[in-house]
Amino acid sequence: MAGRIRKRRVVTACCSAALEAGLRPGMALAKAQVLVPGLVVDEAAPQADQEGLHRLALWILQRFSPLVAADPPDGIVIDTTGADHLHGGEETMLESLVGRLAMSGVEARAAVADSWGAAHAFARYLASPIFVADPGRGLSLLSPLPLEALRLPAAMAGDLRTLGFRTAGDLHRQPRAPLALRFGPQLARRIDQALGEASEPFDPVRPADQVEARRAFAEPIAAAETIARYIGKLVADLCFALEERGLGARRLDLLVHRVDSRLQAVRVGMALPTRDVRRLTRLLCDKIGTIDPGFGIEAMVLVAAIAEPLEMKQAVSSLVEVARPDVSGLVDTLANRIGGRAVYRIAAVASDVPERSVQRIPAMAPDTGTGWPDHWPRPARLLARPELIETVALLPDHPPASFTWRGVRRRVRRADGPERVFGEWWRRDAELEAVRDYFRVEDDAGERYWVYRAGNGEDPATGSHRWFLHGIFG
Amino acid sequence: MRNASAIASLRAQIARIEGQSRHEGGVLPFGLPVLDAKLPGGGLALGALHEVAGGGPGTVDGAAAALFSAGIAARTEGPVFWICTQPDLFAPSLAQAGLPPDRVIYVEAGDDKTVLACTEEALRHGSLGAVVAEVASLNMTSSRRLQLAVEGKRTIGIALRRWRRQADAADFGQPTSAVTRWRVSTLPSAPLPVPGVGRHRWLVELVRVRAGESADFELEACDEQGRLALPAELADRPAAAGGWGRSVAG
Repeated sequence: MAGRIRKRRVVTACCSAALEAGLRPGMALAKAQVLVPGLVVDEAAPQADQEGLHRLALWILQRFSPLVAADPPDGIVIDTTGADHLHGGEETMLESLVGRLAMSGVEARAAVADSWGAAHAFARYLASPIFVADPGRGLSLLSPLPLEALRLPAAMAGDLRTLGFRTAGDLHRQPRAPLALRFGPQLARRIDQALGEASEPFDPVRPADQVEARRAFAEPIAAAETIARYIGKLVADLCFALEERGLGARRLDLLVHRVDSRLQAVRVGMALPTRDVRRLTRLLCDKIGTIDPGFGIEAMVLVAAIAEPLEMKQAVSSLVEVARPDVSGLVDTLANRIGGRAVYRIAAVASDVPERSVQRIPAMAPDTGTGWPDHWPRPARLLARPELIETVALLPDHPPASFTWRGVRRRVRRADGPERVFGEWWRRDAELEAVRDYFRVEDDAGERYWVYRAGNGEDPATGSHRWFLHGIFG
Repeated sequence: MRNASAIASLRAQIARIEGQSRHEGGVLPFGLPVLDAKLPGGGLALGALHEVAGGGPGTVDGAAAALFSAGIAARTEGPVFWICTQPDLFAPSLAQAGLPPDRVIYVEAGDDKTVLACTEEALRHGSLGAVVAEVASLNMTSSRRLQLAVEGKRTIGIALRRWRRQADAADFGQPTSAVTRWRVSTLPSAPLPVPGVGRHRWLVELVRVRAGESADFELEACDEQGRLALPAELADRPAAAGGWGRSVAG
């Protein structure tokens, strides 16, 4: 990418291959072309970049958090408060975010920190590709970073470097007044913002055709009952708007504007599109406890972040037909309380390897109608990881005569097997010859376990011939 | 005669005091006369909370107790919610106990408190067949909440007690407001004339039942419809002693 800064043609961005060849953003284009003959140069399009960033922000808004804003030229800021646990924690959330972006060809880095400023710095200087800063450790992590991490204009950072400052920590240790006199108030503000001492509101992106309902209050409100009452009114307004367009909400965001210009968001998701006022009110009211009204709330906006067509359906009227009970409301309530991933169904996968034969699917997914072959009994509990056991067993195909698991030795009175499971060579080369021989064994007390030997008992290429306990029968 | 009518009227009075009459909600029979005879109403009360725990090492893994609960849930009508903290349940085994995967919705909660809250929510819903909650601690207050939530519905609530350590299982003696309390332990399987493991057997102890006497049964584990069975030698003749060794060992 090449662009124009005043009259000079410079490199504005370059790919990883170009970075390896020694090119750097900010370099004169002529120099770059000399360094790498045959360099492919594209004209930079800042306007298109901006629009792309905005689109990306909208994509994240729909999937991750209700408060997202583009942070030009190259960043996106996400307020993850209250959104991370729905994605299985901060780390998992970042991993899935970066992973999904990588799948669409965007190489991204992400960081979570206490403040926008700190997260901005960590994402650019520490993340590889993700970084989660422990709460309260912002200062110690920021200190060794270069001055640019504080989002200072390039000229100011250059001047500071001339004065002998190298890192953000150097600046923080200096008295503020002389610096403010020399560089203006921006420097101190940037430091405070990075440490989370100064607030930094941002303007979240909103899709143009979004269905929303809005209420502003003459007097700030704070009491839970009052909030609940207005949530009810907002939901009624929103559902009316949704009905006019024939839509049902899949995800609702309640944006709460506080008098101190802070913005809070509550997000609830639905398994199926709905515009049932009572149910939506209930889901939102469950979350009132997470709203911190501070000095009061001056406005609330309820947004249908994801809306899908909802057609009228004819109810079952025949006498013989029985309506299937609708549990989507219950699923929604639970999913919004403990996270959408924690409510699921299990579907069968055509695989003989036990741990691969099950798969989680959304709770409200259509019935699969499939099951597992049932000619072999399966244990009620499957250990997450097979545990190594010590056994006395005859090779090649006898069950163990006794085994020691978790420090207890058990004599095997009866056994059934082997059930041979072959490795799935189409998945990994390592499984080309792998074999597991499963046995159902019963000890003196009548406890039944599922054990297997890695390998077929003859050929060392098929496995280590060690024994593992994989499950417990009832 | 006067006495009988007096007792009947007293019973009615007690039922009124207790609020919802349990028998009105109906029962789910096990289909085994020996077992059903010990339960008031001839089966497991619908719209009530029941407690199931494993015995021995089953207090920790809860494998037999889980299948026992799955068998009960399989014979109810409607979706089944399975609420747990450790996701180590193996769905194919539930399918073999009569619960196809499409009927079960799993809820994975972080701790016991959340499990109880989710269970209460699920029991309140009313159109579910059964709700199974895997919890370690269940006291009078929390079990009472669950019992009140399920009263008057046709859902069966099952608290599947499962502890982290075997020593913690002493907690099972504490009173709760569950209607019945079961302990399911594994027994050596049905003897076969050839080497192998026969149909699984359990010692099912009815530790406590409201308005009934405790009892214990030696039963064969759930079949693919979730039904228990009496061991053949017990059904047809007095209990045969021993004889389950690997007699025809190969």
